[in-house]
Amino acid sequence: MGEFTHPLAKYFRDGIKYTTCPGCGNGIAAQSVLWGIEAMGGNIDEYAFVSGIGCSGWIPSPAFSADLLHVTHGRSLPVATGLKIALPHQKVVVFQGDGDLSAIGGNHFIHACRRNVDLTVVCINNGIYGMTGGQAAPTTPLNFKTSTTPLGNVERGFDLSALAMASGATFVARWTTWHAAQITNSFKKAVNHQGFAFLEIVSQCPVQYGKAAGMRNDPVAMLNNYKENSVPISAAAKLSEEEKRGKIIIGELFYDPSVPEFTAELARLKKEGQRGL
Amino acid sequence: MKTADKKSVDKNNKTDFLLGNVACAEGALYAGCNFFAAYPITPASDIGEHFVKQVTEQAGFFIQTEDEIAAIGAVIGASWGGMKAMTATSGPGISLMSENIGLAVATETPCVIVNVQRGGPSTGSPSLPLQADMLQAKFGSQGDYEIIAYAPSSPQEMFDHTVLAFNSAEKYRTPVFVLSDALVGHMYEQVHFPAPSAMSIVNRKISESYKKNTSIFLEGDVAPMPVFGRGLKANITGSTHLEDGTRSVASITAMDNEVRKLHGKLYGAIDDIVIDESYNIEDADVILYAYGSMFRAAFAGMKLARSEGLKVGCYRATTVWPFPEKRLRALSARCKAIIVCENNLGQMYYPVAASVEGCVRVLRGTPRILGSLPHPGDIVLKVKEALR
Repeated sequence: MGEFTHPLAKYFRDGIKYTTCPGCGNGIAAQSVLWGIEAMGGNIDEYAFVSGIGCSGWIPSPAFSADLLHVTHGRSLPVATGLKIALPHQKVVVFQGDGDLSAIGGNHFIHACRRNVDLTVVCINNGIYGMTGGQAAPTTPLNFKTSTTPLGNVERGFDLSALAMASGATFVARWTTWHAAQITNSFKKAVNHQGFAFLEIVSQCPVQYGKAAGMRNDPVAMLNNYKENSVPISAAAKLSEEEKRGKIIIGELFYDPSVPEFTAELARLKKEGQRGL
Repeated sequence: MKTADKKSVDKNNKTDFLLGNVACAEGALYAGCNFFAAYPITPASDIGEHFVKQVTEQAGFFIQTEDEIAAIGAVIGASWGGMKAMTATSGPGISLMSENIGLAVATETPCVIVNVQRGGPSTGSPSLPLQADMLQAKFGSQGDYEIIAYAPSSPQEMFDHTVLAFNSAEKYRTPVFVLSDALVGHMYEQVHFPAPSAMSIVNRKISESYKKNTSIFLEGDVAPMPVFGRGLKANITGSTHLEDGTRSVASITAMDNEVRKLHGKLYGAIDDIVIDESYNIEDADVILYAYGSMFRAAFAGMKLARSEGLKVGCYRATTVWPFPEKRLRALSARCKAIIVCENNLGQMYYPVAASVEGCVRVLRGTPRILGSLPHPGDIVLKVKEALR
């Protein structure tokens, strides 16, 4: 038998080693997305990947063998918007962490949703600042003890998918790293959707979050936890608020293809302007 | 009808009476700018407002972003998408943009940033001119880097320097500032529009194909840019990187290499980049160093001083950054004193004083009332003080 080559290896830059802690959810997220690209024809040069600061920023950069733009903390959506206007036929995929997206980049996020720019945002939500050593994030659960909330977190966490829907995103899906195949399916839909697509992946950080949650360096326990606590959106409709507490509502939560897309609208206005309308 | 509201101006080798900010937008279009992102701010909003009216006639886009951080971010993204991109703002906007200006420096992203300076600190005086952000342009973002900045003194130069800024941005793959102020931005004056081919237009060199280990950064003669969407597999990061884009954040030699090469790219080309003008310096005892709107006052002051028999010359810095230390040193060898005429309490004073290394007196030429151009007589008084 010949040497086995991973079927996704062709999407990685030669000689690049992936930098994650053991058991990190980034690997599942990266593979789920790349399987989606494989299923959609496998031409990774059709894509451009923009990412910010934090562990999630290193999912595409510098590993993916495509156009990569790794920018400042929280600012990947404005950069991706400019890039998409310049290259409307390029599939622009943005990787952001929960802190990058909803803390420092929160304003850009709600406005990108509102504009309905044709971007696919993959948000790796691990509920904590991993790269900087386990500080509380806007997604950290109430009463959770982190390195900056040693007596417990007094702030309520953001529901990122709800934030996206309220801000005007036109495709919103949430899965956990337990749901790799579902992520791939939703990613394909997100890329093909003409509008702002938000794909939230609840993901394990066994080192920082695991430590604070009593599952230190135990990704299997964290994945089992996701499996047990995930509730499909259809089933969630039948639960009371009390029953939904602590659960992760998963599935394709929202889809509206009827809203005009931002770059298409800019192109339309330009045509009309050139005709003197 | 206000000139600012004109849908179009007669552009082909004709002269028009224009607002400085409108001339800036027209200069951008002449240079081939096809992407403009901005957030509203006094006294710079009319640049984008004029541009957006024009883009229906030319191939370009204007977007209004949620803040200035997003404006410069979108400019960076559009530039990597192959567009000639710019933003225009004033001091508060520059403060917000500062981090991403550093990103543009580090990723060698060609773009133009117009700062129509106003009174500060903080919200300050939005509609009043102050040359308040001269050092911010060079030192505003973290890290150790070089920048290019031009200081227009008239609506004509708002046009010319914007063209110049795009040409330098494209040639050197770097952000370039146009450091105007509320006085020049909101001044009406004659502007001559060059014929379409009269001014040369520079476009960036683009990589031809993707090859592993090829330099896309940190070359003294500027690496070709792997513009997105062409299968060039551009590997771009604001983290410390090697010539081929590979991130290397823990290597002291990689950091030294990047900082030195980014700086050297511009500083090594200083004679090509720096544009200046000298008036009556041959026999001058006192030389007035001036730029932007203050050059108008310094020039008038020099003429009045000459009429009184005082040997006064004027050095006009069109390019304020990178700072031409050697030229200032050469100037200091031929005079007794340099007066740094600027509409602030002394900003370019510091690099001027550092360059002459104590060989001559260096005085601050701050106007009696900040924000106003000094009367030529005030400049003569300052000259006399310098000669005492």
